[in-house]
Amino acid sequence: MPEIQTESPSQQIETDLRELAQDIVRRAMAGGATAAECVVREGDEFSTLVRMGQVETLKESGSKSIGVRVFNGQRTASTHSSDFSRQGLDRMVKSAIELSRITSEDPFAGIPEASQLGSLSGDLDLYYSDVYSLPGQERIAYARRAEKAALEVDPRLKNSDGGSFDAATGHKILANSHGFVGEYRRSYCSVAAVPIAQTEDGAMQRDYWFSVARSLDKLESPEQVGKIAAQRTLRRLGGRKVKTAQVPIIFDPLVATSILEHIFEGVNGDSVYRGASFLAGKLGEKIAGDRVNIIDDGTMVGGFGTSPFDGEGIPTRRTIVVENGVLKSYLLNTYTAKKLGLQTTANASRGLAGTPGLGPGNYFLQAGAKTPQQIIGDIKDGLYVTEFMGHGANLVTGDYSRGASGLWISGGELTFPVEEITVAGNLKDMFFNISEIGNDLEFRGAVASPTLRIDGLTVGGE
Amino acid sequence: MVIFSTLGNDLYVTDKHEGILIPEHIQPYGIIGCRSLSTAAGHPMTVNHNQFFFDHYGLTNRDLERYLAAALSAGGDYADLYFEYLSSTSLMVDESMVKSAAQGISAGCGIRVISGERTGYAYTDDLSSERILRAARTAALIASGPAKTPKMGFAEKAARSLYPVTLPSVDAEITAKVELVMRGDSTARAYDPRIKEVRASYADELRNILVVGSDGTFAEDSQPLARMNVSTIAKSEKSSGRGSSGGGGRVALDFFFGEKTPEYFAREAARQAILQLDAQEAPAGEMEVVLGPGWPGVLLHEAVGHGLEADFNRKQTSAFAGLIGKRVASEKCTVVDNGTMPWRRGSLNVDDEGNSTQETVLIENGILKGYLSDKLSARLMGMANTGNGRRESYEDIPMPRMTNTYMLAGQDDPQDIIRSVKHGVYAVNFGGGQVDITNGKFVFAASEAYMIEDGKVTAPIKGATLIGNGPDVLTRVSMVGNDLKLDEGVGTCGKDGQAVPVGVGIPTIKVDRLTVGGTGRKDPGGFMQ
Repeated sequence: MPEIQTESPSQQIETDLRELAQDIVRRAMAGGATAAECVVREGDEFSTLVRMGQVETLKESGSKSIGVRVFNGQRTASTHSSDFSRQGLDRMVKSAIELSRITSEDPFAGIPEASQLGSLSGDLDLYYSDVYSLPGQERIAYARRAEKAALEVDPRLKNSDGGSFDAATGHKILANSHGFVGEYRRSYCSVAAVPIAQTEDGAMQRDYWFSVARSLDKLESPEQVGKIAAQRTLRRLGGRKVKTAQVPIIFDPLVATSILEHIFEGVNGDSVYRGASFLAGKLGEKIAGDRVNIIDDGTMVGGFGTSPFDGEGIPTRRTIVVENGVLKSYLLNTYTAKKLGLQTTANASRGLAGTPGLGPGNYFLQAGAKTPQQIIGDIKDGLYVTEFMGHGANLVTGDYSRGASGLWISGGELTFPVEEITVAGNLKDMFFNISEIGNDLEFRGAVASPTLRIDGLTVGGE
Repeated sequence: MVIFSTLGNDLYVTDKHEGILIPEHIQPYGIIGCRSLSTAAGHPMTVNHNQFFFDHYGLTNRDLERYLAAALSAGGDYADLYFEYLSSTSLMVDESMVKSAAQGISAGCGIRVISGERTGYAYTDDLSSERILRAARTAALIASGPAKTPKMGFAEKAARSLYPVTLPSVDAEITAKVELVMRGDSTARAYDPRIKEVRASYADELRNILVVGSDGTFAEDSQPLARMNVSTIAKSEKSSGRGSSGGGGRVALDFFFGEKTPEYFAREAARQAILQLDAQEAPAGEMEVVLGPGWPGVLLHEAVGHGLEADFNRKQTSAFAGLIGKRVASEKCTVVDNGTMPWRRGSLNVDDEGNSTQETVLIENGILKGYLSDKLSARLMGMANTGNGRRESYEDIPMPRMTNTYMLAGQDDPQDIIRSVKHGVYAVNFGGGQVDITNGKFVFAASEAYMIEDGKVTAPIKGATLIGNGPDVLTRVSMVGNDLKLDEGVGTCGKDGQAVPVGVGIPTIKVDRLTVGGTGRKDPGGFMQ
């Protein structure tokens, strides 16, 4: 893990915006605030979508915005603006101070202690200007190549929702009245393809694949992305319903991340102090199967969920959330940590407005030993889920019910595609019933999971 | 930039520049009910809003013509400018304390150039001439040909006023807004001692827009949007439950002191949470489903609405492509999209391309009649523009979107509908939904539902997802009630990463067969293995 410095932040970019953020904090303090925090964000984006070989959209732009959070003793309020004129900024600061008068005294409100603030040192490998290095025509070519590679796989792939290439960079500056100021830049680029396959009777199926990276160098080839998108689409053709049954269910890595997201929703400080999760109060208790180990790590070099400090200026860290099925730590920001009498885990996420929320760093379930093929091979009758639809998870009650599609497992092999079915159970049992964990952990975003097998769920169909 | 609220437990902060790593064009379509956009209005606006950008930014007609000329400097068929100034306010009470208060301002201009089927887009949050011209020249790169000249002289649309709102001083209002959320909190807590946690929030915004097009389009609008929400958690010794209720529309603050009070929403949120304490396992499998009136209209939004957006049909990527004139519903079903309803959340005087909104018949007595279009799809498909071109903000390219989508009332008595069911589910409240427009499969998640046994509503059941197939679900609608109701004003629809406010509505209906995604048994015979 990179070392923590409390004095000088890791990436000395030294911009005017850094000065500006500090100035806004000073102006808020001069205007009567007892503490203040300012965030500035700027970003550029480029995106292109090619459909059936023709450019459909090209978009290129940049923007910036600023937000301030002020404290008036134990009262707090925030304002934000895209107007960087002197007058606009003055009005933003003044409004925040005025607004703070109408909020309530909250004994737990406040910015972090000065001693907690800081930034990871060393190069976290988050920013590559090469995401913009391709000339315009090359970017379009990336999108076109992904779509073409997909459509070439099979004559049943007759239509398309396009191939795309996106690039973006973001720059974030945070300053507060304890003298903290930090900033970092992050970049990303992605290539995706969404082919559509059609059978002779006219039934269509669509699926996608994508690659995302912080650097163009690390992006998978458009051809590779297109080919996988085609395979994922073709295997859905002829999807049908199955009879209602209770069978083992395999979650492919992309949909298995949703299980991790439910655990995040259940163990984040906000849910915990409000009792809005059945995992509240379960610290030190078993909440999941023996083999389940879940880690949140905001420090991973090059990670999609990495930053040198969190939304409140606290150095990010590595937190073991679940170890051998036992809940070892909640995920907290300063406010929720104070409410629970604990220390923050540096999971504050800060938009421009409002109080900081909670967000994961690189948040993942540790890989197991079996290959996905071995896990599928153990199952006589079961369902391999490749897509979920809807938001049917309730962390208060644990009730779980979602639309799904995937492939039916018969005799240890993937057989026919299945669609228009539901998968239902209770999360309390589901976490315990994670009976197999694949060896295929791979990050395609900040949240990642290997293949999972969960028993005891009901498939709703005919 | 519009920022999603982080008041709740959203795992991601949606931020184009930093957070989301899934490319936007592969994100799903769907509607979210019980989640609020951190919206809403801030600073005093004392100007005549018909001249907003001229007064605030010194814009002149000449400037607009210059920007459009720059946008068409490399040719192209059409160009437009979308100016937006959004001010917002939000308040949240938790544990009976006002813990969060926020105000914000976001302004910018988006420039679009269309050349054939190609769209070039650029935006700026700096409204100086220099930056707008630079963005116009960037958008112009989509075309490659000799410069074109925009039509001179703008034709302003006859003003319509579906949501006239006068804005008193914001400072005077803020105390009233605090009162609203505090009343919501205390009412929910007083409802039942088992209500343990309450969050009440209020958010409003005022969006001033100006749309100018090279075809002479000139439209301004001032669009208010307000919403209040109360969410609750109930606990008993052996069980927990949650509830959420909210509403609003393009209304002023007094709406919440008269028509729909905090007490109304608070009691509803508390009632739902208490009800859930005794909910039984939901059944699993295909059965008869009765949908209650109002927000269950989310069925229409997912099952048919998205599939009828013209862009998907132009590209032949929708399961509804080529079905105009064909039967897609039982003859009892007539479905419309109507952007002209006064005060409604999904209504607009003009869409985000400057066209007047309208009432569009999508399905008439079961026959598919039309699509929802914007300028691009109307031109390319040779169809009428239905005024459904919408966008989340100046940073986004407009596309066909729904406004308020609902089914007209039928002849059946809602009581008769329930009496006609031997064994089924009665679903009256929903979370959100989602659809795959290509294969037509859609889901919507019931948050309040009951069993129907021998024609009588019996026990409440746990939340369950319902899943169906858009092009044929409405063919199985055998009864349509005479009790059409629109939702309270809570829907936010997502498409290609863009969120816009929408409304839905439906009378009580019976669907003869729909898959219910519970855990329980379908019948006493047990699972069919």
